[in-house]
Amino acid sequence: MNGRIAEGGAAPALRLSSICKRFGPLLANDSISLEVGSGEVVALLGENGAGKTTLMNILFGHYVADSGSVEVDGQRLASGDPHAALRAGIGMVHQHFTLVENMSVAENVVLGTESLFAAASRRTDEAGRIESLCEEIGLGAGPGAIVGELSVGERQRVEIVKALYRNSKILILDEPTAVLAPFEIDSLFEILRRLVRRGLSVIFISHKLAEAMAISDRIVVLRKGRMVGERAPADTTPEELASMMVGEPVALPKVPARDSGPVVLELRDVSTASRSMRVNLDRVSLSLRAGRITGIAGVAGNGQAALASVLSGTMRAASGRMLLNGAEPARWSPESALARGVARIPEDRLATGMIGDMSVVENMISEQCRSPQFSRNGLLRRGDARRFAERVIAEYGVACSSPNMAVRLLSGGNIQKLILGRALAPEPQVVIANQPTRGLDVGAVAHVQERLLAARGRGAAVLLISEDLEEVMSLSDKVSVMSGGRLSPETDRGELGIRELGALMARKSFDGPQAQHAA
Amino acid sequence: MRLEPRPEPTIGRLVAAPAAAIAATAVVAGLLVAAAGASPFTVFWQILKGAAGSQFALFETLTRATPLIFTGLAVAVAFRAKLWNIGAEAQLYAGAVITVVLGTGAVPLPSYAAIPVSMAAAAVGGAAVLYGPAFLKTRFGVDEVVTTLLLNFIALLAVSMLLDGALKDPMGLGWPQSEHLAREARLPRLAEGKRLHLGFLIAIAFAGIVWAMMSRTVLGYEMRAAGHNSAAARFLGIPVESTLLKTALISGGIAALAGYSEVAGTKGNLTLDLSPGFGYTGIVVAMLAMLNPLGVVPAAIFVAGIFVGADAMSRTAGVPSFIADVVVATALLTMVVAIMTTRYRIRRG
Repeated sequence: MNGRIAEGGAAPALRLSSICKRFGPLLANDSISLEVGSGEVVALLGENGAGKTTLMNILFGHYVADSGSVEVDGQRLASGDPHAALRAGIGMVHQHFTLVENMSVAENVVLGTESLFAAASRRTDEAGRIESLCEEIGLGAGPGAIVGELSVGERQRVEIVKALYRNSKILILDEPTAVLAPFEIDSLFEILRRLVRRGLSVIFISHKLAEAMAISDRIVVLRKGRMVGERAPADTTPEELASMMVGEPVALPKVPARDSGPVVLELRDVSTASRSMRVNLDRVSLSLRAGRITGIAGVAGNGQAALASVLSGTMRAASGRMLLNGAEPARWSPESALARGVARIPEDRLATGMIGDMSVVENMISEQCRSPQFSRNGLLRRGDARRFAERVIAEYGVACSSPNMAVRLLSGGNIQKLILGRALAPEPQVVIANQPTRGLDVGAVAHVQERLLAARGRGAAVLLISEDLEEVMSLSDKVSVMSGGRLSPETDRGELGIRELGALMARKSFDGPQAQHAA
Repeated sequence: MRLEPRPEPTIGRLVAAPAAAIAATAVVAGLLVAAAGASPFTVFWQILKGAAGSQFALFETLTRATPLIFTGLAVAVAFRAKLWNIGAEAQLYAGAVITVVLGTGAVPLPSYAAIPVSMAAAAVGGAAVLYGPAFLKTRFGVDEVVTTLLLNFIALLAVSMLLDGALKDPMGLGWPQSEHLAREARLPRLAEGKRLHLGFLIAIAFAGIVWAMMSRTVLGYEMRAAGHNSAAARFLGIPVESTLLKTALISGGIAALAGYSEVAGTKGNLTLDLSPGFGYTGIVVAMLAMLNPLGVVPAAIFVAGIFVGADAMSRTAGVPSFIADVVVATALLTMVVAIMTTRYRIRRG
């Protein structure tokens, strides 16, 4: 734990004190305090929505904290001012790079540091410095290379060079390994270790346990906006960290026993090859039975998005088969999925689930606007649409002042209730729910879970993809873990405990052909 | 400074926004008029009088508004679906050419069919002109702003070629103009001795039809959904690509009706100056109307009034009528800002 307390009582390189930030009903950061010494690597570990990104955005001045302070080298940082953060020596490498692809490395590095009205570009004067930084970082391509021609790993190094060029003393890396191949991860770690020896402090944001343990001097775990613990890698295990991240099981919703019916939807050795997906599916087999909830646990970004997209009809499988009621559908699209009774609850409520600028009524009919229920001869049946929306609002307890208000003005929980109402109203035979409770408050979570159980009780085949291990364990009749685009063999409810599942989640992938499922 | 989304815009704010935009425009234009050495109040009064001060002036304004209603509707429909149709000018000329071809007897038509057939044919022509860019956009991702904009110049050059070739009026003393339409192909005038013609009423009817289509039909619903959030629309099972293609057909068809009504109603023949930028001004009209089809009618009359009034004003007050272009351009910019303020509030820090 070198450098945890700075020598001679001097102030630490960075000190966050009691940071609080609230978004509506959601407490994103609940009194978080954190110190980073100079030359120290601190891993910030937590699930999506744990508050990591909010905390870093406050540090970087993108958000203003409701209370608490940020100090760099003992100097208090002006809040809400990204320039102050930059001047104080805080550099950030975002998950999505902020590079201009058709410019050279040197141009990208200098970009934004020159005055618009400078008489001449400093690029030539600074060429030597940029070149030596590139060498130090191991960016073989050199300052003259065009960024668009570099690999993802090289681009990330350009981002690091950018931060160092601005004399950053504290480097924040947001999920830096998410985009990298395994060998690139190793060389990134090597670079970071070299920089740290020079006195740079690093905050490494991740939800990958193994990496956090490999690179950091200290691991800080966040859950639901709170700091739940702090460990040195030597004093902990991935299992312990996993359970800190997801929390210990609390009161489980009561799941009545139920005999499951026939297989409704089945994937056989499905692989995908989409460039828009970070992780593709790799020979995934899965069968969903009527009256059963199949839970997929796993850390986000391990292929869950690809799985949900294939089943929802928005993405094509590269190989393998999908069977619906025993037959391969001729074509598979969102329209045909809806027509065949496959309901979808998407991961991103406002980006894909709802059209924020349209009204509640208009959103409620979006999936069925061509059905005779809501239109006749191409004309909308507006009265029926409104009555349907009012029914869902009443039945699901949606808090909204009028069914004509724009959906974007509703809270996440209310939007999710509307999505559920829309998806479940036609009594679908299959429900694909991807992260259905992410970011919701406790009450809304319980409501969503009840509805999924009710769909199961009615005989629907439910697929529950969730990062919340607790949720998967308590709701699912069968549990698998997804990692690296592969699915672990299915286990029965209660067969594996939270620690065993956590260990499976921490594995990079599952080798060999996937085991056949128990019937 | 940062932008913060506002809750639901109130009716008051929706009315106040264009009013504030027009007031701001008046201030800017007033300063320019003062700089030109005239009194802004006199000039504005003269413009008002020139636009609506007499029955003649009013009819002239409405005549001028007619093509703007069509192009404004065409733009409003396309922009709602986020299909950036900057090419209403090209579609207008396509409609005009077809109107001339059919109206000068190239195809023998019974007299009762002359008006509906040439109107429909003109719309088909304009639809075809916009279909190309929309197809390239949906299939290959080609930016329709560029393609539709450039088609305007191609269309104008093509018309120029036709007016010096196939469509040239043999009795035109060598001028690049087409023959006049046969009498039964002309749109009847609404009042004896005035230029205002049936096209104005057709334009108003279309505003109602387009409004009903956007708000009452599945197609209009799908167009709006695709425009607001195409990723969500696709996920929700709305065929975004084919919706955009249909939008292009409708928008191009309506824009072509502007050309039809100018040839068959106002002018009687086709010349290269048929449209003093009606296609581009349609964008201003649509924005002033906040893309609401019913709002397009008053917006078009307002813009037409500025142009007609400024012509009259320049004769009496000696301020160049270019002030009309300044007013309309400024109105577009202030309107864009005003629309933004109905959705966002600007916060410091």
